[in-house]
Order: sequence, then structure tokens, then C-alpha cells
Amino acid sequence: MKRAECIKALYPELTDSLVVTIMGACAQELYDLGHRENFFYLQHAMGLASSIGLGVALSLPHERMIVLDGDGSVLMNLGTLATIARYRPANLIHIIFDNGSLLSTGGFASHTTGGITDLAAIARGAGVPHVAAVSTLYEFLAAAAEAFERRDLSVIVAKVEAVGPDHYGMDLKLPENAFRFERFIREKQKRVT
Amino acid sequence: MTVSRENSKAVYRGIKEAGIRFVTALPETWLVYLLQMAEDDPEMCLIEVAKEEEAIGIAAGAHFAGNPNLLLMQNHGFLGSINGIVSLALLYRVPLCMLIAHRGHMGEPYPWHTQGGIVTEPVLRGLGIPFDYARDPSQIGRQIGEAYTFSRSSLMPVALLLTRDLMEGEA
Repeated sequence: MKRAECIKALYPELTDSLVVTIMGACAQELYDLGHRENFFYLQHAMGLASSIGLGVALSLPHERMIVLDGDGSVLMNLGTLATIARYRPANLIHIIFDNGSLLSTGGFASHTTGGITDLAAIARGAGVPHVAAVSTLYEFLAAAAEAFERRDLSVIVAKVEAVGPDHYGMDLKLPENAFRFERFIREKQKRVT
Repeated sequence: MTVSRENSKAVYRGIKEAGIRFVTALPETWLVYLLQMAEDDPEMCLIEVAKEEEAIGIAAGAHFAGNPNLLLMQNHGFLGSINGIVSLALLYRVPLCMLIAHRGHMGEPYPWHTQGGIVTEPVLRGLGIPFDYARDPSQIGRQIGEAYTFSRSSLMPVALLLTRDLMEGEA
């Protein structure tokens, strides 16, 4: 299974959610499907995408928050799983694409390569109530559908191939992305209230 | 010397008067009364993190969500958060209002706090982060309000260093 296939399959369902991605391939694959104002790409600060998602989710309990994360980033901030589990925002879906590789920075093996480190087990051990470990597109879509339905904190660890796009680049300056994401949320809240 | 309960109350009043209802923190001795007050306050959402760098991400998320917030941490936690501050807050122009317990300055009896205390101000200057020292309980409310306002207008991290004069005392 490729991460790009998972993101493509998820893309039509992201319209009504707020989405934060990690840097590199994951961000590019989402952007290439068509940028939307509800997407924020964290192109650095590895590990903090899930923390941003937690801050948004706790602040706006009526919005669905989806984090598209990776094994390398989660390994840099393992404490995030425990913090997320402790506060358990019902509107947070944390998807971790595990390609066993630091793909965007040279393709070096991560600690999850060969099953040495099991991120789903770590998430369960951290206290996340719903953790799915998937390795086919069918399983991924089923786990995502369940997570969308259940309205409780969910983590999905998706084993994917270590492949990414053949190009990088966005017509979106980094602060511009932050300003537009904040504005989109602000205007959406005005419509909601 | 013990942590000043009265001055901690003044700091907490300042946080509330600034309109803050969302605080991200990692417990530390000087902050103990502040965190207790936040925990006991039904109006306040207190998020305790495992490591301070997480708090930078959570604060950014709260900012995106339009939720007035600030961070409480020790200066060693600030030092441990620098990549988050640089590669999220500064890079994306995300405002942060940080109240930092400034351990390890004049009068510090504990050797383990000294190096972090000595480098805190030079690191803040090196990062270009506006900062001020908070020493006087009668001024702390105004200082918190001003730090919060400036972080929002400048779209920058802003730090208020909580000193021994403010945080320690008999009561």
C-alpha cells in the first residue's frame, strides 16, 4: 500500500474536517490533489503536527481534526501519544503513515523498520482508546470510516511503502498557509455560531 | 524560601484578566500554585504536556482555533523547545505568549539550575524573542496583558521571565 493511495482515497472525505500534515512527501501528496483552505502543512518542527492537532481539537470540540503523521515524526515526539490519550479529544483522528523510513531526508531506516518498534502498540500503551493497525487500502478505508463514525479519539497506524512524489514544491508561502488556515477556521466559526 | 502563594495569585489574576482561558504547561516548583489554581478553575482549560516542545504545537493549534492561550514552563523547558519555537512559531509567524520560570539566576542555591539560568537571556536575544523580567507583583497583571498583546500584534513568541523576587516569598 502506498501513502499516496491512502491520501487520495481519503481526500473527498476531508472537506468538512481540519487537516494538519507533516512535512515532505505526505504534505506534497495531499497538496498535489488540490490545496484547500482547511489544510495546514507543517513543513518543519518534526513531531509537532499531532500537538497542533491536539490544540485545535481541544479548542474546537465540534470540528473534526485529522492529523496526517509519519513514523519518523511520531518517534521524535512519542510523548504526544500520552498527552493525546490523557486529554482524549473525541474529535481527533491521528493517522500515522509508517513507511519505516526517513524518506524525505535520504530514506534511512527508522526504528519501525522490520517491526522492531510497533507504533500501534505504543499508542495502545499510551492509553489511546481506539488504535487500528492496517496494511491494505481496504483495511485503511475501513479503519478511517470507523474512526469518522465513532466520535472518539482514534489512532490509525498504516504500514505503507517507502515511496514518495518525484517532485517537491508548493505555491504557498509558509506563513501564508498559517494565516489562511487561521482565517478559514475563524470564518467557519462565524458561520457555525 | 518557599513559593509565594500571594504572588502566584497575582500572576493567575493577570492571566485571567488578559482573557486567557487555555494554558499549556509542564509542572515546575515555582509554578505549583499557578497550576493548582488553573486546575481548580472551571473556566480554565489546563493542558499538561510530557515535554515542553509539545506545548509549542498545542499553543499553535489553539491560536489557529482562535483560542486565547499562553504557556507556562521553566527556562529549561524553554531551552528544550527551541526547534518548535524556531521551526513552527518563528517560521510560520505564530504568536506565543510564554511565562517562563527563570531558575538559575542571582541567589540560586541549586547547582543544577545554574547553566540554564545563565544562558536563558542570551538565547532569547539570539532568537530575537522580545522579553521582559517580571519582579513586582503589583506590575505582573499589566506585564502579562502587554506580553499577550504584543505577541498577537507582532506575530512572534514573547517571553516574560518570572524571577525569584516574584515567585519566592514567605507566603
